Amino acid sequence: MSAQDAQQELLDEFEFFDNWMDRYQYIIDLGKQLPEYPDEWKTEAFKIEGCQSQVWIRPQRQGDYLHFDAISDAAIVSGLIAILMKIYNDRTPQDILETPPDSFMQALGLDKHLSPTRSNGLHAMIKRIFTIAQLEQ
Amino acid sequence: MSEYAAVVNTSVSHEAPLNVAQLRQEFPILSREINGRPLVYLDNAATCQKPEVVLRAQDHFLRHSNANIHRGLHTLSQEATDAFEHARRQLQQLINAPSEREIIFTRGTTEAINLVAQSWGRSQLQAGDEILVSMMEHHANIVPWQMLAEEKGLTLKVIPVDEQGVLDMAAYQALLSDRTRLVAVAHVSNALGTVNPVHEITRLAKTVDAVVLIDGAQGVPHVAVDVQQIGADFYALSGHKIYGPTGMGVLYGREALLEAMPPWQGGGEMIDQVSFEKTTYAGLPHKFEAGTPAIAEGVAMGRAAQWLMETGVERIGAWEHQLTRYATDQLKSTLPDIRIIGEAPGKAGVISFVLPHAHAQDIGLLIDQLGVAIRTGHHCAMPVLHHFGVNATARASFAAYNTKEEVDFFVESLVKVREMLA
Repeated sequence: MSAQDAQQELLDEFEFFDNWMDRYQYIIDLGKQLPEYPDEWKTEAFKIEGCQSQVWIRPQRQGDYLHFDAISDAAIVSGLIAILMKIYNDRTPQDILETPPDSFMQALGLDKHLSPTRSNGLHAMIKRIFTIAQLEQ
Repeated sequence: MSEYAAVVNTSVSHEAPLNVAQLRQEFPILSREINGRPLVYLDNAATCQKPEVVLRAQDHFLRHSNANIHRGLHTLSQEATDAFEHARRQLQQLINAPSEREIIFTRGTTEAINLVAQSWGRSQLQAGDEILVSMMEHHANIVPWQMLAEEKGLTLKVIPVDEQGVLDMAAYQALLSDRTRLVAVAHVSNALGTVNPVHEITRLAKTVDAVVLIDGAQGVPHVAVDVQQIGADFYALSGHKIYGPTGMGVLYGREALLEAMPPWQGGGEMIDQVSFEKTTYAGLPHKFEAGTPAIAEGVAMGRAAQWLMETGVERIGAWEHQLTRYATDQLKSTLPDIRIIGEAPGKAGVISFVLPHAHAQDIGLLIDQLGVAIRTGHHCAMPVLHHFGVNATARASFAAYNTKEEVDFFVESLVKVREMLA
């Protein structure tokens, strides 16, 4: 499955929700299902400082693919990370660079969370993912 | 004379309690829906909504009297000057300052404090002098003093607060010495709601001849302020926190101090004569008002001050106390593990709280989906939050127009949000 396919799958899943509570509940639950992020990886190098919430992301090259572990101390941001991980985790740098998040997150109605002014660390996290993909290309 | 001739004391008898239902009609924004639900606006400590009279005052000025103020000979300029100077008298009356020369218009509380730091502080303080601030200060009443302390070799000392969020007056007295040159404290804490005993703080500071600055940004909207009674040398406030527009505020300063202070910013408006050899400065208050101010906002701030006097700040304060007590009881009985940060007796309408296993940011985002506006984060008061062992809180803050029904809806919403995050 490519990053594009993952996007389509998420769009299909989100179509089921007709109210905001279910949507956010689903996002929160996705966040809870993120793989465990051990405390020893919560280092300055992996940290992205948001104004209100913090994000940690640990990148690894695994063969042709880029592997990421990531988490936030806030539930919704963790859920949004989980969504982004479905798209960008264990992909080739090429695949990542060809899949910008904007229109997809807009389709999910979640784009406001990615704007630089939200300062929840997500905007900076996506920038970091793309920078790494560029360097590893 | 124009309609701005004098500030009439219109404060009617305020014995009857506030008619909140009627008062709400004065605020057009309160009929808005947010995410398909009626707005419940509980972010008043950040900024208040504006009543119709204030909106109209600003609009009317721009439509009918707009011109640059002072020195213009034409009719509009005269009208604009009258309106702007009328606002100064309205603010003078609001805080009962002895003279309108003591009312300096600034962009807000932050600029007012920076003015004192840069003018009075830079000219009067020297290495070894001490400044006392409280632990509950807003960053606006910490950072200007830190910058000055670094530049001039001053020492900044911090008056601690207890576990309820009450200022430790014994510690304050112990910190006062003949090296204390300035005491800078908030009238009301924006993060905790604590109302500080500013009269007593000032009285004690005067025993060591220290200058006193009160950050009144959160004070004026909730407490009747009489700067003469308090006895402080400086009192700073923001227009947008007293139901007026952003971009305008006031520094009250005792005339003798202001006279002795050098200008801070240079430019138009603040001069008497300018030549390349020597420039002489205008008298008070213009000496400290370089450049064209936010004139329409100034006029509207004056109207907001008038509205506050007409409505009665004591009545507003009393209503906010009721709401705060009611909300606190409801929150504690509905969410027994809630931790309220700041429980000073008689505190103003601010409830700062944390819920176990619920990040403040998540609470803020989810409750917004229900139309409830609260603030989350460090509230520009990081030191005092760290003192309570937290990095962020969620904060509901009340104004004259909030209702018990809104409190009920807020608590119900919080329960829903809590369930989602469990």
